[in-house]
Amino acid sequence: MTALTVSKLESADALYSELVPAGKAWIHMVKKGQTLRILDVEGNQAVDTLFYNANDLSERYSATDTVRAQGNIYLTTGSQLISSEGNAMLTIVADTCGRHDTLGGACSAESNMVRYAIEKRSMHNCRDSYLLAIAASGFDLNKRDLTSNINFFMNVPVTPEGKLSFEDGISDPGKYVELKAEMDVIVLVSNCPQLNNPCNGYNPTPVLMMIWM
Amino acid sequence: MTRELNARRIVYTDRLSIASSWSFVVRRGYTLRIIDSKGGANCGLLAYNNDDRLERYNMADTLKAQHTALLTKGHVLYSDMGRILFSITEDSCGWHDTLGGTSDASSVKEAYGENPYQENLNSFYRNGRELFLIELGKYGLGKRDIVANVNLFSKVTVNHNGAMLFESDNSKAGNFVDLRAEMNVLVVLNNCQHPLDPDPRYRPGHIEMLLWKSDPVTEADFCRNHCAENQRGFFNTENYFYQSVV
Repeated sequence: MTALTVSKLESADALYSELVPAGKAWIHMVKKGQTLRILDVEGNQAVDTLFYNANDLSERYSATDTVRAQGNIYLTTGSQLISSEGNAMLTIVADTCGRHDTLGGACSAESNMVRYAIEKRSMHNCRDSYLLAIAASGFDLNKRDLTSNINFFMNVPVTPEGKLSFEDGISDPGKYVELKAEMDVIVLVSNCPQLNNPCNGYNPTPVLMMIWM
Repeated sequence: MTRELNARRIVYTDRLSIASSWSFVVRRGYTLRIIDSKGGANCGLLAYNNDDRLERYNMADTLKAQHTALLTKGHVLYSDMGRILFSITEDSCGWHDTLGGTSDASSVKEAYGENPYQENLNSFYRNGRELFLIELGKYGLGKRDIVANVNLFSKVTVNHNGAMLFESDNSKAGNFVDLRAEMNVLVVLNNCQHPLDPDPRYRPGHIEMLLWKSDPVTEADFCRNHCAENQRGFFNTENYFYQSVV
């Protein structure tokens, strides 16, 4: 486990703060040089997150380019989030959780049918939240832009033998991750409503989104 | 292998010369064999439902449904719509990478130096991302349609700290993998080196392809019964073709 990194930013100085309940999406611009904090208010809450270059939405976060560039599948302080064009989009500058997933993807009606039961189709899920958010946003985004995302606070270990599993979270109430934007980015978040695996401790809870200049 | 193949009705054969690309549709009910002719190849693969190309291979859904980071016999390639594009019905290699992504112009330049077309014509250095874009462009697809790809014949392991390690010599000459199409699959291939391959030599591999009519997919099918998730994946796929048992 990597060392945890505490932020020096004061909540009182934040220029933006919004509580996002579980099951809701959040889409927002973060400008180059600004810092975004995602705070796990009650603990063990997966925050499914995608990033787009605000000036060219076809450039977006790339999970494979990110893990390959750092030679490691887990994200933590110092990780640069790399775009599909090979550019640094954001850098993780503080992290009191320790590691975050980018292989597990976002849940959907269809993946819930496969993973749990055909009857799970009607359960609320992240890709439904994404689709609704981008449809309402006015941005030129559609399903093909919903690619491999980051799951902040989620624990998806891979073994040397190649096994992959969703394990109990390693986050706790009040843990957070902070990202400094290296370009103007559109951030698309689904605060995960999944109830079928331990990614939210079977109890989805709100997260706090904060932005500093 | 020859005797086994003689018994099959081969309908298509093809090959990829080094660092080249190709794309075609493998129809439901046909099986594509991809062969690493000389060993040490990497074959980048993307897959789309050719009847609705907005539906495509999804790395995360494939991995989490089958609790695996690698692909081999028994695994299937899931689309983002809970359906199965390809089943891996045979595999003499044992490990195909899903995590490493593909090379691009800057990574190839950094690894092997510059070798432009103007100087060396068709032996110029190529990269996976540009070859994917060329093939995708033939169908009106582009940058936004590139997702995390499969790297056939390559092995990348992850240690307990999360560090990724490219394992050289994963694939021997003649190794093959059989991809049985469960939908009408637009498959996009290139044979550029894996972006984590530490070999300083530019040495893309040689890929051969064969296509034949699949045997019927029974209730006892190995891939279908690999896990309960795959049984539901087959159910969803058969539903799509109005072929599930009501």
